[in-house]
Amino acid sequence: MMTARARPAVYGLMAEFDDPTSLINATHGAYRAGYRCMDAYSPYPIEELHEALGSHHTRLPLVVLIGGLCGCLGGYALQYWASVVAYPVNIGGKPLHSWPAFIPVTFECTILVAALSCVLGMLALNGLPQPYHPVFNVPRFALASRNRFFLCIESRDPKFDVEATRHFLETLDPREVTAVAD
Amino acid sequence: MEDPHRAVSGGTPVIAPGHTFGTVTDKISSIVLARRTPLWWYAGFGVTMLLTGLLLVSLTNLVFTGIGIWGNNVPVGWAFDITNFVWWIGIGHAGTLISAILLLLKQTWRTSINRFAEAMTLFAVASAGIFPLFHTGRPWLAYWLLPYPNTMDVWPQFRSPLVWDVFAVSTYATVSLLFWFVGLIPDLATLRDRSQSRVGRVIYGMLAMGWRGSAHHWHRYDTAYLLLAGLATPLVVSVHTVVSFDFAVSIVPGWHTTIFPPYFVAGAIYSGFAMVLTLAIPIRAVYKLEDFITMRHLQNMAKVMLVTGLIVAYGYLTEAFIAWYSADRYEGFVPLNRMFGPYAPAYWSLILCNVVIPQALWFKRVRTSVPALFVISLIVNVGMWLERFVIIVLSLHRDYLPSSWGNYSATFWDYSTFVGTIGLFLSLLFLFLRFLPMISIFEMRTMLPEAKVDE
Repeated sequence: MMTARARPAVYGLMAEFDDPTSLINATHGAYRAGYRCMDAYSPYPIEELHEALGSHHTRLPLVVLIGGLCGCLGGYALQYWASVVAYPVNIGGKPLHSWPAFIPVTFECTILVAALSCVLGMLALNGLPQPYHPVFNVPRFALASRNRFFLCIESRDPKFDVEATRHFLETLDPREVTAVAD
Repeated sequence: MEDPHRAVSGGTPVIAPGHTFGTVTDKISSIVLARRTPLWWYAGFGVTMLLTGLLLVSLTNLVFTGIGIWGNNVPVGWAFDITNFVWWIGIGHAGTLISAILLLLKQTWRTSINRFAEAMTLFAVASAGIFPLFHTGRPWLAYWLLPYPNTMDVWPQFRSPLVWDVFAVSTYATVSLLFWFVGLIPDLATLRDRSQSRVGRVIYGMLAMGWRGSAHHWHRYDTAYLLLAGLATPLVVSVHTVVSFDFAVSIVPGWHTTIFPPYFVAGAIYSGFAMVLTLAIPIRAVYKLEDFITMRHLQNMAKVMLVTGLIVAYGYLTEAFIAWYSADRYEGFVPLNRMFGPYAPAYWSLILCNVVIPQALWFKRVRTSVPALFVISLIVNVGMWLERFVIIVLSLHRDYLPSSWGNYSATFWDYSTFVGTIGLFLSLLFLFLRFLPMISIFEMRTMLPEAKVDE
């Protein structure tokens, strides 16, 4: 539903580059010019790009650690409860709480829950699955998964101004600058 | 990855020179997006589907008649089924080793082969799972192996290695699937963007989940991929360790030994690399992928096979030595029975296949000859199957009491189930080759010289 407030006509302005170095230089340039709400798109991971955008470390490792600990404690608790409380069976006089025998399953549960939280956490933090995103409105953006590099300055940036930002992006020597429809 | 741009190092390149982002993308994705499916694909898929049909017939007969259709009987309660299970699980290990351990060790040559090695892992684990599942005799009750609150008020026996096995193998299958799928996401986005057909765009689009290659996403993606590799590395070691516990924790002579976990893991990697070579050699030839799967890859895999093969050979020696050194007459009998008993041909074929013939890999002429590598990889596959057969059947058929000794012979249904799982494995592989990129496109891009960023 459209709200009464007028939405900006464009999601942002997108500049297309031929190679990774131009994209990184352009991103540095945009950051220096004071732009913060922007994103860069590349067909493969480029470490420097994330830093050039001025963003911080991801919380994903913490998510995985918590997931792993939950799996570890949960797996052990499951075995303790099943073997000692719910279904105590005396086998060869072994103690009911025979902890060394519980290690393999505890280990597997740790890995399982950590791996699941790793993948689901990565997707959740990235906001995926995402059926619609404005950048796909740009026809040439299909090349972002092949051999082209894009920098998109978003209209929600306080410094954004359709004319001024377009002019700024053109100084970065892109192949072309396109307005991204919202 | 430290310096992936040094694509030409150590003589043979990892990617043939002259490729760009565009050519790498087009070459790999065109195999999937081509409208016309090659005729040989139909032929191959048809044959493997026939074998899969044989598997279905065998399993149907098994369920209706009972596991008596197999040759297993007291004293040999485990035979082809567990042999095949261990063989398939072992084959899977190379996929995880290539994708996780070689990633952590920054072996960039893994990039061309990790995707299909991971797919191979999944299909091998699927084939492996069939055997214990149907060996229960009542596969529809297999969920009893899982801990869940039930009206019978019973719980699995967590002191049993067989229950550990359920956890290890199901975790392995799940984590392998996650690892493989995460690796596929950016390539699915490439297929979505390049597909000419609406169906392709919709299906690949849904699977890609809206991936757009954002730098923020890539950063978390890389972190997740490394973390998964770190989790999969101890996991892959644990899986075959737990499989070996199925034997080592028992008190059967020849099984009750501490060498089993490392020796099983080395054997798993050995057979897995053999299977990767067996598959990679024809695939690179028919799809003309010699630019991406170069002689460098084949040679490296041959070297891994040589090393793990030597570890396995050391395992055989240790087994025999400890059996003698233990001064236990039952243990001491095991190697003698293997070498000179009724199954001696199986034992000596195993030594020939796993220890003697692979020594040819010491020679560079052999390592650089594609036909020789193909033949040796097939021989190692056979040898590793024989190894599991020798371990499992030969320990069971003559243990403590000579009055309860017996012999085992496989029936038609033993063979048909085994051949059927090979059919299932290859059918899944054919589908994979046709519908998903068999080489990781985005990782190949990172290896190109033009991916280098000049500051």
